[in-house]
Amino acid sequence: MEFLTGLWNGLGEGLQRSIIITLQIVAIMLPLILSVAYLTLAERKVIGYIQNRIGPNRVGFKGLLQPFADVIKLLVKEIVVPAQSNRFLFVIAPLLSIIPALATWAVMPVSPEFVLADINAGVLYVLALTSLGVYGVILAGWASNSKYALLGAMRSAAQIVAYEIAMGFALVGVLMASGSLNLGEIVRAQEGSVLNWFWLPLLPLFLIYFISGVAETNRAPFDVAEGESEIVAGFHVEYSGMAFAVFFLAEYANIILISALTATFFLGGWLSPFQGVPGLGDTFLGASSFFWFALKTSFFLFCFLWFRATFPRYRYDQIMRLGWKVFIPITIVWLFVEGVLIVFDVAPWFD
Amino acid sequence: MGVARGHPSDTVNVLIGSSMLENYLPVLIFLGIASVLGAALVSLGFVFGPRRPDSEKLSPYECGFEAFESARMKFDVRYYLVAILFIIFDLEIAFLFPWAVSLDASGMAGMVAMAVFLLILVVGFIYEWKKGALEWD
Repeated sequence: MEFLTGLWNGLGEGLQRSIIITLQIVAIMLPLILSVAYLTLAERKVIGYIQNRIGPNRVGFKGLLQPFADVIKLLVKEIVVPAQSNRFLFVIAPLLSIIPALATWAVMPVSPEFVLADINAGVLYVLALTSLGVYGVILAGWASNSKYALLGAMRSAAQIVAYEIAMGFALVGVLMASGSLNLGEIVRAQEGSVLNWFWLPLLPLFLIYFISGVAETNRAPFDVAEGESEIVAGFHVEYSGMAFAVFFLAEYANIILISALTATFFLGGWLSPFQGVPGLGDTFLGASSFFWFALKTSFFLFCFLWFRATFPRYRYDQIMRLGWKVFIPITIVWLFVEGVLIVFDVAPWFD
Repeated sequence: MGVARGHPSDTVNVLIGSSMLENYLPVLIFLGIASVLGAALVSLGFVFGPRRPDSEKLSPYECGFEAFESARMKFDVRYYLVAILFIIFDLEIAFLFPWAVSLDASGMAGMVAMAVFLLILVVGFIYEWKKGALEWD
């Protein structure tokens, strides 16, 4: 023990700080990856029950070890790198999908006490990283040298960029209401009660942000990029084994990310819904904590699964019409309305 | 334990010297760890997976047919159009960000200036709509 303290003190301040940060990152990343693993199981279970089945229930107690069985299976499968593909880009593409999906968590305010990097340009960092995800998709599709992959990648890229505009405009509305680019400040700006959270004054933007998030992650009902019945699996049709698993991991990590961001921007992140209710005060229900953040995020996660089990797939022209001709005009109009409300200090939200 | 005190920690000290950069150190480390994790997962797949390629397995997948032409094929020009429109609108959003954060301070003048700016954008948007740039069927 003494030896370890001596070693620690000898490291120098910079290195000590780096080690602490690394440990904090591991403390964020491990639960995140476990959540991804169990989200895949939750998806199969939830959709199973919605379709009157019971879902996976063989591996471990009630199927709880299923995600690990899946990982081990994928681990011992061959990674086929097709002939005539661009080998370097083919291997790099899954990494380009997973890195932004994980690294965005650096600025996520998960609880009132803890945010890893409390940077003032948090929203810009989130936007920059989430828009990098499209490179993984388009490089995978192009590098595979397969028609299905190329078609899937083109569709997916066009769809992602179209919805990114609607998402960006919705975020501008959040910034106007909060007056800060720091995610923690945005949460604190929603303090008060459930009615002060941005979902109510920014209701159209909230709905557009979340629906765009579903489109952005290429999930049902916007999953023409994968479109099993038309182009097999889309951009990752040539991927197998762990290379496929990394894409899969990235997709689910992105779903969790979008859910967490929606909770942060519009549902008050870690704020308690019972804030300001007399009598609850500092009890567990009244206090802001990580629990509320996780609960709100889980709600959106469930919506993702629910949408997939409920809605039929949109046609491609319908998707593009929704993005360009419905969402973008609505967001522009609402930004203008919100601007007027703020300039004239209209109660109850913008005074 | 003087061994550990040396150049590496000194470099980090210089890096985190200014308080502005200090806040970004966790971001940088996070990006590094995420890259390492991704690379490790893919490499594990190459290590544990078998490697038995044959010419059929390595050919591009096309529902059991021999591929009849190169996959580097022509694609619809509208994808380019979408990409170009995206750049314009994304830039627009980049301009809106600083305005949105400081609207309380700039008040009426800021609001009018941005309304004019948005109006010009909307005129362009209506033009591209009428031109059919957003049609997909």
